[in-house]
Amino acid sequence: MSSSFEFTAENQERFQQILSRYPQKRAAMLPALHLSHEQQGYISPEVEEYVAKLLEVPLVDVHEVLTFYSLYFQRPMGRHHLRLCMSISCWIRGCDEMRDHLRAKLGVESGSITENGTFSWEAVPDCLGACELAPMMQLDKDYHGPLTAEKLDEILEATSPNHSSRNSAPEVPPTSKGRNSAPEAPPT
Amino acid sequence: MPIVKLLSEHFGNGQAKELDWYRKQGGYEGARKALIEMQPQQVIDEVIQSDLRGLGGAGFPTGRKWNFVPQDTGKPIYLTANADESEPGTFKDRYILEWDPHRLLEGIIICAYAVGIHTAYIYIRGEYVRPAEILQEAIDEAYREGVLGERVLGQKFQLDVYLHRGAGAYICGEETGLLESLEGKKGWPRLKPPFPAVVGLFGCPTVVNNVETLSHLPKILLNGAAWFADIGCEHNGGTRLFALSGNVNRPGVYELPLGTSMRELIYEHGGGIVGDKALKAVIPGGASSAVLTEEELDVTLDFDSLMKAGSMLGSGAVIVMDRDVCMVKASQNIMRFFSHESCGQCTPCREGTDWVYRILTRIVEGNGIKDDIGHLTELGENMTGTSICPLCDGSVMSFSSYVQKFRSEFEYHIHHKQCDVEAGQC
Ligand SMILES: Cc1cc2nc3c(=O)[nH]c(=O)nc-3n(C[C@H](O)[C@H](O)[C@H](O)COP(=O)(O)O)c2cc1C
Ligand code: SF4
Ligand code: FES
Repeated sequence: MSSSFEFTAENQERFQQILSRYPQKRAAMLPALHLSHEQQGYISPEVEEYVAKLLEVPLVDVHEVLTFYSLYFQRPMGRHHLRLCMSISCWIRGCDEMRDHLRAKLGVESGSITENGTFSWEAVPDCLGACELAPMMQLDKDYHGPLTAEKLDEILEATSPNHSSRNSAPEVPPTSKGRNSAPEAPPT
Repeated sequence: MPIVKLLSEHFGNGQAKELDWYRKQGGYEGARKALIEMQPQQVIDEVIQSDLRGLGGAGFPTGRKWNFVPQDTGKPIYLTANADESEPGTFKDRYILEWDPHRLLEGIIICAYAVGIHTAYIYIRGEYVRPAEILQEAIDEAYREGVLGERVLGQKFQLDVYLHRGAGAYICGEETGLLESLEGKKGWPRLKPPFPAVVGLFGCPTVVNNVETLSHLPKILLNGAAWFADIGCEHNGGTRLFALSGNVNRPGVYELPLGTSMRELIYEHGGGIVGDKALKAVIPGGASSAVLTEEELDVTLDFDSLMKAGSMLGSGAVIVMDRDVCMVKASQNIMRFFSHESCGQCTPCREGTDWVYRILTRIVEGNGIKDDIGHLTELGENMTGTSICPLCDGSVMSFSSYVQKFRSEFEYHIHHKQCDVEAGQC
């Protein structure tokens, strides 16, 4: 898997734009890692070397940053990645059952990829900032909740390869949309 | 309490994201008034008089913070808008970012003008992919329409605003952790002083303000400090967005004047407890705040009252737990979060949070030992005031409050090797 890495022409342009926002090159570290992550799906050692060169910082600095943050993958993950929130409000509303259901359904432990490579998932201890949807999860870019076992199944099915191709959005509308609206006008 | 919508009037309205529509509702008039009719110091004085307090968690008076920024260093001054929103239970800034991004941008213009800032970064948590997309569109539109850039709103004032995405680390919400992260490092908080107002981003004076704090500015400028101060209660101007979650019928974001009672939020606005069960406990201001019992529900939601009650208003995240929620497990859940998110820089925090988590886990699993409550108390004492940032003290405030207020549940677990809630004992 060790092939060299560089930004696509388009990403090189985006990166130059990003650089112009900061008085110090190093500040473009997280954006550069995000861009690489988007391009390749994970951060390989080759990406680390590439970013270190681009930003003119020691390789170890890139590695230190990469490993400090939780959103960068260091190996390829499933075509769709799922994060189940296990923090306090989701726990109160039953995320433990959702975790068990998900584990049984996908047949792999948290942090792993399903056999066919469609999904990877993790149960995360951090609140994802959508506790009104508890229990909730993030599937790729979108938030879904409140989850039940049935709803989870529906979402997974709508996202699986028969229904949607790589990188395309799941066909179910993000559940959060409906619930995102302002709370009903409370009585005065 | 009357319903006053200063921040939430556009929630649920998909059009408000568009600059044109926002302007038709009077948007950018607060910023225009500041830029055209007022001197920067007048803007700061107005904000001081409005009693606006920082809504990121600490409740520091916003105008006073701006006054700390030295104007004579010859260095640029920066603004960082804190959109990291990671305190468990908190989801209010997301509503502003998703539904009303221009309100935030207008607030940023006002703050920038008042303090003499020409570059602002919005630091948004990495998980907020969709909110970041919406915000970026709003920024792009603002540039195209001359609201941002060389001549803000056509005036002789230049301002650049950039969106900067985090990558999954709670500690980057702490203001100095945020600055380190923005500089391209791991988010290790800095020792204070110096405060960011004096030495912040890239070694320059820096204002750090929460998204909601900044979003209040347009209306304060437009309607005046006295108008805003009158809506809240003493020293707590205006409204805030309460993020209500847990065992309530209508979880969601509710905008209420500071000084509203907790009972009103939960029972009137939140529709009460699911299944009409009895309420056992409420976390009033995010996971770091001390838990309150049912007897404490008449506390009012403002910074000073909650501090007096031994807790804090924090990020305005109200988490409700009914009688079937085990307090030992709730505390364990929260300590798992803190031990996971401790940045590891200070020994009492790195070791302490993990140690507490492990003790709570063994109690939950029926392996607690007689001295465990004593161990927890002692750990709390050793962890207090011994670390660089408030994460550690916040974790102590949290777990100590469960041990103190629900001691019998801990004792039951330890003595009977099982959960009193499951055993129907409470
Ligand atoms: C551990 C920790 C996490 C924090 N997380 C956030 C956050 O996610 N968002 C935020 O606005 N403030 C957060 N704060 C508070 C910031 O340090 C800072 O006080 C705030 O952004 C200042 O803005 P304000 O005065 O407008 O509230 C956090 C503080 C601590 C100690
Ligand atoms: S108190 Fe904890 S989170 Fe804060 S700097 Fe120290 S180790 Fe890091
Ligand atoms: S606790 Fe799950 S989104 Fe907040």
